[in-house]
Amino acid sequence: MSSRLQFVIRRILLTVPVLFAMSVIVFLIIRLVPGDPVRTMLGFRATAANVIELRHRLGLDQNLLQQYVNWISALLRGDLGSDIVSHAPLSELLAQRLPVTFELTALSMLLAIAIGIPLGIRAATGGRWVKRLTEGFVVFGISIPDFWLGIMLVLIFTGSLALLPPSGYVSFAVDPLQNLRYMTLPVLTLAIGEAAYILRTTRSAVTSVLDRPHMIFLRAKGISQRRMISGHALRNAAPAIVTVIGIQVGVLLGGAIIVETLFALPGVGRLIVTAINQRNYPTVQMGILAIAATFIVVSLITDLLVGWLDPRVADGSAT
Amino acid sequence: MTTIAPPTGGPIVRRPRSKPHTSTRFVITGVAILGVLAVAAIAAPLIAPHGPETVEVSRVLGAPNLQHPFGSDVLGRDVLSRVLYGLRTSLLVSLTAVTVATVIAVPFGLAAGYFGGRVDTAISRTLDMILVLPAMLLAITFIAILGPGSAVAALAIAVIYLPILARVMRSSTLVITRNEYVLGARARGAGHLRVLVHHVAPNALGPVIVQASVLSAFALQLEAGLSFLGLGTQPPTPSLGGMLADGRDVLIQAPWVEIFPGIAIVIAVLSFTLIGEGLRRSFDPRGVAE
Repeated sequence: MSSRLQFVIRRILLTVPVLFAMSVIVFLIIRLVPGDPVRTMLGFRATAANVIELRHRLGLDQNLLQQYVNWISALLRGDLGSDIVSHAPLSELLAQRLPVTFELTALSMLLAIAIGIPLGIRAATGGRWVKRLTEGFVVFGISIPDFWLGIMLVLIFTGSLALLPPSGYVSFAVDPLQNLRYMTLPVLTLAIGEAAYILRTTRSAVTSVLDRPHMIFLRAKGISQRRMISGHALRNAAPAIVTVIGIQVGVLLGGAIIVETLFALPGVGRLIVTAINQRNYPTVQMGILAIAATFIVVSLITDLLVGWLDPRVADGSAT
Repeated sequence: MTTIAPPTGGPIVRRPRSKPHTSTRFVITGVAILGVLAVAAIAAPLIAPHGPETVEVSRVLGAPNLQHPFGSDVLGRDVLSRVLYGLRTSLLVSLTAVTVATVIAVPFGLAAGYFGGRVDTAISRTLDMILVLPAMLLAITFIAILGPGSAVAALAIAVIYLPILARVMRSSTLVITRNEYVLGARARGAGHLRVLVHHVAPNALGPVIVQASVLSAFALQLEAGLSFLGLGTQPPTPSLGGMLADGRDVLIQAPWVEIFPGIAIVIAVLSFTLIGEGLRRSFDPRGVAE
């Protein structure tokens, strides 16, 4: 078996304990609630019969191991349980909510990449003023909390300029143009801070590649700066940039929780926040599970991509 | 003022001259800003012009004037006084979280890096489990279990940062443990505890302190984010994130309710970022803390 294939298989197998750890954390959420979680969920008006009924429905009347086995096997069959407030099946609820969160995260990341990578390259190769300006962008991008940036964007774009809607949502399938209008401010809110991180990573990755002997050799051969960057430096810097992008998807998924609440987008993040306030634990569990599972899959793809971009990683010869 | 002697003999190395200077300037600026904010936060009861919860019906959404430089909020409360008290809560929660995480992470990282082998595997793998979830999601998981509140928010932030700080302490311990003076101390018959406390720990702490100051900046943002969602500090206690949530609906009529608490967060975060970045450049040039 080639070492590449071994790398891919090993990395996929490594996901198993991670998924297991995540499932245990999510499983324990409801069980660790101090006091009686069922009473907390139903509120003080609940009758004893209600409490017993819900406890049985959630399987909380069995021993812990049995509970976990039942819970995970139902999950693998696609039975995610139901929302205790609206009684809607959680699989349906998530199917409505996840696309919104995915669209928000993906568009934000694409915009952040489109801003961060070219500016990062300019920062690594440009003059003193370019370096100072990009450094300023990095420091402010990192220091401004995304939700406050969002609020200020609303103030500018809907308050003063009256260009964009302050909040709300239209599905892409219904009206693509309106959908993008509603998505503009949330996406900008998440992307600006994110672009700062990608800029910083690109800058340091490209800078370190440019110092290597083979780049000095290429320069001596008279290859243009443009070709050196696009053909050689970026190719070598790519694994570091891709790794950071993968990690930052997790940060964006977390940021989406706040931004969805701020802009009233019907995504999974807002679902979780509402469910926490309603003590609606099954929904909290599945919402967290959905986002965490997404993050784990993205991490897997990132690592495989890095292995493909830098064969030394896949061959196990990278230091 | 220190002066750097010009290199005598040997190959001429181009030394980036501005670097040490910039890093010191970063730290001094950061500490100065943070100092002002901390004094303002601690002295809030003395310097706040009004009570943070004093409601003045005639001043509902009042624009900034001389008596109320930052204006008044939805209930007619003075925004400046609330920002001062909110700063108190935000700094207290984030600094407590980072301190608690550092205090717990240091011994774990030290043990993992110094003893290696099974001790390392046991500590590192357990802490890695925490990193399965993205930070914000983990904080929300904690709050989902324990209920909202500033103490829970601090605890959640501490748990998130524990594995990061322990990992930094572990890598820096690995480097220090390889030094001859550690071997020398062992050879002189010093016990593990003595070597760890007197020789390894003091030299390995640099990168952890750098990382802790960087994380304080994120802790402030996390705390504000959680309070904004209504999951952190609970009303009526003023918090910067909570103020932003309260003013969301009156943003266009009374932007001052949103602008000033936000600027306070940005300045506080900026001061920690400057300190962290400056310290990193001077104490951790190899980037162990990254």
